[in-house]
Amino acid sequence: MSDMKRHGNDVAPGDGPLDEGDTEGVGAYLVGLALAVLLTGVAFFIEGTNLVWGPSIPVALIVLAIAQMGVHLVFFLHITSGPDSINNVMALAFGVLIVMLLIGGSLWIMSNLNHNMMSGDRTMQMAR
Amino acid sequence: MLGKLTWGAIPFDQPIPLIAGGLVGVGLLCLLALVVLKGWFPYVWREWITSVDHKRIGVMYTLLAMTMLLRGFTDAIMMRTQQALAFRAPGYLPPEHYDQIFAAHGTMMIFFVAMPFMIGLMNFVVPLQLGIRDVAFPTLNSVGFWLTATGALLANISLVVGEFSRATWLPFPPLSELAYSPGVGVDYYLWAIEISGAGTLVSGINLVTTILKMHAPGMTYFRMPIFCWTTLASNLLIVAAFPLLTATLAMLLLDRYLGFHFFTNEGGGNVMMFMNLIWAWGHPEIYILILPAFGIYSEVISTFSRKPIFGYRSMVAATMAICLLSFTVWLHHFFTMGAGADVNAVFGIASSIIAVPTGVKLFNWMFTLFGGRIVFAPPMLWSMGFLVTFIIGGMTGVLLAVPPADFVLHNSLFLVAHFHNVLIGGLLFGAFAGYTFWFPKAFGFRLHEGLGKAAFWCWFIGFYVAFMPLYVLGLMGMTRRMQHYDVPEWHPWLLIAAAGAVIILAGIVLQIVQLVVSFRRRDELRDVTGDPWNGRSLEWSTASPPPAFNFAVLPQVGGLDAYWAMKQPGEHTKEPAYADIEMPVNSPTGFICAFFATFMGFALIWHIWWLAILSAAGAYATFVVFAWRDRDEYTIPAATVAYLDRTNRRAREAAPVSITAAP
Repeated sequence: MSDMKRHGNDVAPGDGPLDEGDTEGVGAYLVGLALAVLLTGVAFFIEGTNLVWGPSIPVALIVLAIAQMGVHLVFFLHITSGPDSINNVMALAFGVLIVMLLIGGSLWIMSNLNHNMMSGDRTMQMAR
Repeated sequence: MLGKLTWGAIPFDQPIPLIAGGLVGVGLLCLLALVVLKGWFPYVWREWITSVDHKRIGVMYTLLAMTMLLRGFTDAIMMRTQQALAFRAPGYLPPEHYDQIFAAHGTMMIFFVAMPFMIGLMNFVVPLQLGIRDVAFPTLNSVGFWLTATGALLANISLVVGEFSRATWLPFPPLSELAYSPGVGVDYYLWAIEISGAGTLVSGINLVTTILKMHAPGMTYFRMPIFCWTTLASNLLIVAAFPLLTATLAMLLLDRYLGFHFFTNEGGGNVMMFMNLIWAWGHPEIYILILPAFGIYSEVISTFSRKPIFGYRSMVAATMAICLLSFTVWLHHFFTMGAGADVNAVFGIASSIIAVPTGVKLFNWMFTLFGGRIVFAPPMLWSMGFLVTFIIGGMTGVLLAVPPADFVLHNSLFLVAHFHNVLIGGLLFGAFAGYTFWFPKAFGFRLHEGLGKAAFWCWFIGFYVAFMPLYVLGLMGMTRRMQHYDVPEWHPWLLIAAAGAVIILAGIVLQIVQLVVSFRRRDELRDVTGDPWNGRSLEWSTASPPPAFNFAVLPQVGGLDAYWAMKQPGEHTKEPAYADIEMPVNSPTGFICAFFATFMGFALIWHIWWLAILSAAGAYATFVVFAWRDRDEYTIPAATVAYLDRTNRRAREAAPVSITAAP
């Protein structure tokens, strides 16, 4: 059914012909692997070293973790800005949005609930 | 050897479930014997059980749903009669049995009626509307169906072996925890829903991929029929929400089986987290069910008004807006849980906002009707019934979205009336509209019109008689799930509600009679052209029932309402060049996998560990065998394609021209 793929202007997003981009092939996977290992190594190194200012270590770890996510998305999951990955990007965006809504919403609801219920206890204690 | 399973598990002391289960069992055995003795088994095995054809799978889903509707309705009428009788009396259902019935009613109706009905219609119709020959993952589709059937089977086995959950259709802890529900009832619920939920998830993945990746030439996103859009939205929600259900129930399973403390009262568990998680799935679930129904109404109203749908783009925008907003409102199911004013206000406002895109849709449907040449065929009657009924349900929903009002009405019969109002008046009417609308496409003959209209009126009137009293009762303070009561003011209203259930029963009987009568008179109800309703979208451009390959040549789509454009005068195309068509081969993978999953679920419920391990290995091995198969497609020769297509073309040309150029 390859004839469904190409028909002039009527191409659905993500339906364009697949071209061998920068993130295809074994070479790209090796680059990705090297970057991932490097970022992991740096994270372990930075945690035990005293070359950098102590309180900045958590920030550095967060930055490295985000970079790690980026490497995984680009080199292993092939989320790029090319026309052939619009569907993938949309799916990722949808997934991230839903996860954010659920985690953020749950944290907010549960903390508000705990706070609310706690204040009841405290009122009781104050009354005593 | 057999874990917790003993002869004591069979409820010999409770005649009602035993007789009911026995009758169903004998009926099934008779059916099986008939199939085997008549020599139909090879046909059923080859053409249905192992089929990976999306049309066959869609029909089987719908059949499962309609069978389970009978089970769910039996539970419903038992509850209604119990409440009609139980005024200052014990009624005829003891409390522990009554509790199982309301839990089973909800579970059946949502998971094994509404879900398979909608997934069945989506499976059957969407590839035909997109103008393609198959779905993206045909065998996975079959696996999804059979896993759903496994869930339904497990839930029904609980009728005669053991017991069903008494902890409502969503097993709220701490009641569903081991301390308060030590029996197997909750385990039956959990494994049935875990297994069928996995089936629903793969079905959702299949349909999302199909819609995003497979189109006829020219079928861009903004030329897809509305039903395809609502299917896309609904299946995106399935993919996003069902893992949440699986994970939440898995946590409850860990609590019950391995002594974890996710949702217990001691050991650091938090009961409220279950409410939060289950409703974060539960609210999108409601839109998973209603969005396909909205799509069906769009198709039906447009077809029977002889007009394109009004406001196509606003309809699409409203659908996608509902898809996103449905993930922002779940707290309105537990306003009374104890959250503060900030949280309740935000979720209350979000819940009211979701009424806006729904309102857009309602106005679009009304403007489609406006100025149309309306044909009051049965699918249209269901749709008109929906328009009237759903507005009432939507209004009471907006009322319930106001937190102070919810504090008064929470867990009252007002709530029960509200969600039945939107589920029956919205979802079930839509399912029936789609069933009557696409039945001729699936089987090649129409359903008897007079009986269909009679069934509609029974359902419509029965619904109002059964559920409007519940609004009144809710405002009078009656809470849901009461086994008996002693308030004299409630009694007459509950008698009226029971009468309404009897009217609905008449509707169901008429639907069964309609099916039988239509089958017997199938020759005079025959749909020879494949376009019985003067349809607009591509499913009507092929024969009824469609050949295995759906379309002899893939249709060229030039705009909305593709088939309507094709059949305008002067647009007659000459015979195309036929070519060989490759179609996926049938596979018993789904059935065998579900066979093992049934034993695995049963073994896990009864703690028969060796059987659970054995059947899990069997299910895994099934997939390994499938992955190593050599041949996955077969070829339909061009001559066969040409023969089938020419027959249909001749029938279409011979048919009287029914096409009138409406705007």
